[in-house]
Amino acid sequence: MTAIPAAAPAPAATISAPGSGRTAGNRWVYLLLVGGLVFMVGPFLWMLLGSIKPQADFLTAPTILPSVPTTDNYSRLFNQLDFPRFFFNSSVIALAVTVGNLVFCPMLGYALAKLRWRGKRVIMGLVLATLMVPAGITLIPNFILMSKLGFVNTYPGLILPFLAGPFGVFLMRQFMYGVPNELLEAARMDGANEFRVFWSVVVPIATPVLATLGILTFLGNWNSFLYPLVMAQEPQMYTLPVALATFATGQYQADHGMLMAGSVILVVPVLIVFILFQRWITEGIATTGLKG
Amino acid sequence: MTVPALAQRRTAEAAPSASRRPWRDDLVGWAFAAPFVILFVVFLAFPILASFLLSFTSFGLRDIANPVGTSVIGIKNYVDLFADPKFWKALFNTFYFVVVGVPVTLAIGLLIATALSRGVTRFRTAFRVGYYLPVITSIVAIAVVWRFLLNPDAGLINMLLSGLGIKGPAWLADPVFAMPSIIAMAVWRNLGFAMVVFLAGLQTIPAQLYEAAGIDGAGRWQAFRYVTIPMLRPTILFMTVITTIGYLQLFEEPFVMTLGGPLDSTLSITMYMYQQGFTFFHQGYASAIAYVLFVIVALIAFLQFKFLRSDE
Repeated sequence: MTAIPAAAPAPAATISAPGSGRTAGNRWVYLLLVGGLVFMVGPFLWMLLGSIKPQADFLTAPTILPSVPTTDNYSRLFNQLDFPRFFFNSSVIALAVTVGNLVFCPMLGYALAKLRWRGKRVIMGLVLATLMVPAGITLIPNFILMSKLGFVNTYPGLILPFLAGPFGVFLMRQFMYGVPNELLEAARMDGANEFRVFWSVVVPIATPVLATLGILTFLGNWNSFLYPLVMAQEPQMYTLPVALATFATGQYQADHGMLMAGSVILVVPVLIVFILFQRWITEGIATTGLKG
Repeated sequence: MTVPALAQRRTAEAAPSASRRPWRDDLVGWAFAAPFVILFVVFLAFPILASFLLSFTSFGLRDIANPVGTSVIGIKNYVDLFADPKFWKALFNTFYFVVVGVPVTLAIGLLIATALSRGVTRFRTAFRVGYYLPVITSIVAIAVVWRFLLNPDAGLINMLLSGLGIKGPAWLADPVFAMPSIIAMAVWRNLGFAMVVFLAGLQTIPAQLYEAAGIDGAGRWQAFRYVTIPMLRPTILFMTVITTIGYLQLFEEPFVMTLGGPLDSTLSITMYMYQQGFTFFHQGYASAIAYVLFVIVALIAFLQFKFLRSDE
């Protein structure tokens, strides 16, 4: 009789690790994971350490640690080059695009999931069909369009094409489809019009999904490269990736210390956002299977 | 009397719960849709069509002032493309990147996900965050850092190799090693994405299946081979397509690390499109390159759709 409660945990142990040699097996698993982690984090540490090495360190045989830690590379970025400006450009563009997507995508997502209107199926088909279109395909026509509008080298030229992304509509429609109709009906019974229903009932429920969309849109645009490379041709409109790539392939290509410091400036804000919000990001990706 | 009654009944049948004023529903629906749809049509749908049309023209720098005035040259761009050795080289390089990069990325991603999902309880979040970090960082920054890691004189990799008594190659300056170096970096950057999606897929596999496999005497490898792989098939297929579509658009890595060299060994389709469109200003020709890539991507997306359909 007493054997029964004692035996109960046994199947659980079998589930977590079939076969024999569980502890020894787990040790190997941890060893693999830790080894892999060193490999994943290593380049970031190399970047951080490189950014505080004095220039002399790059002329001798490479070392892991700086001979004398210095902030010299950073001050050159900020004083000789216009990194505060690039940082500002990247922030303005990524924030504006994020706000646009947070406004336009839920609206269309709601109309597609919960409203009845003619043309809905066509719009839905069109938006979903563009979900996987390569970014390169719209680059040249948009460049010509922006040239005609006089928007090359301006914020509107860098922001407008990304304000309404199909990914956000896909994400929002999926979510809004699951919102119970009874909830919306109750609000309509109380005399609320559709905009009121959307604003006071749907938006509050959708807050976590909106957070996911906001974070993914911000990260995607902060890191965006091909389009700003084409559209920002004058240095005062460079975003951080464009500036870094231009310096790395141009006159500063051997200035390792400064390039590492530039990479730190580009990477660290993203790491902070990620570590603060990692649950929303990984869950959003796992449920949609898309990076944004 | 019967005619209006019939008509009334017909509308009632067609839309049983529709409001009495369908035009009003249309108005509300379009009010929600219009802001997105306008931006979508102007900056996405129209450009997709426009680049198709551009690919049949000789559009160049001079035509920007008057785009409509460019000369239509039929399929000449595509004919030229077919005879262009650089285009074939770019196509080959891109496929090389995809064919080696995708399986390696997914295999390592799946390995890490399986390791994390079984028996690992401590530091789970730390592992997840650590492996995912590169996915959300800028490819440009990563490419700059890796170029420095791979630097034959000042880089960490050859320093570590020389510690083992091996003289490392010039990596990015060597036509044989340049593409494998870029593949290694892409795997490093993207395996965390595969890991997260596979982790979500693994959570949907019922524990009883592993239990049953365990009772039948299956070891770790057998459980992986006969339970995990078959159960994850849809996720693996989906990830293969998503990763392939992403990898086909290779651009930042060669742009920053090699500029397509040495000897065009890392020139990708998008890189070649960029060169033709914005270095040489042959925008008609570049549009044809972009469209070839578009068709390849569309074909893969379509095949996935067919496969997933026949799977269920």
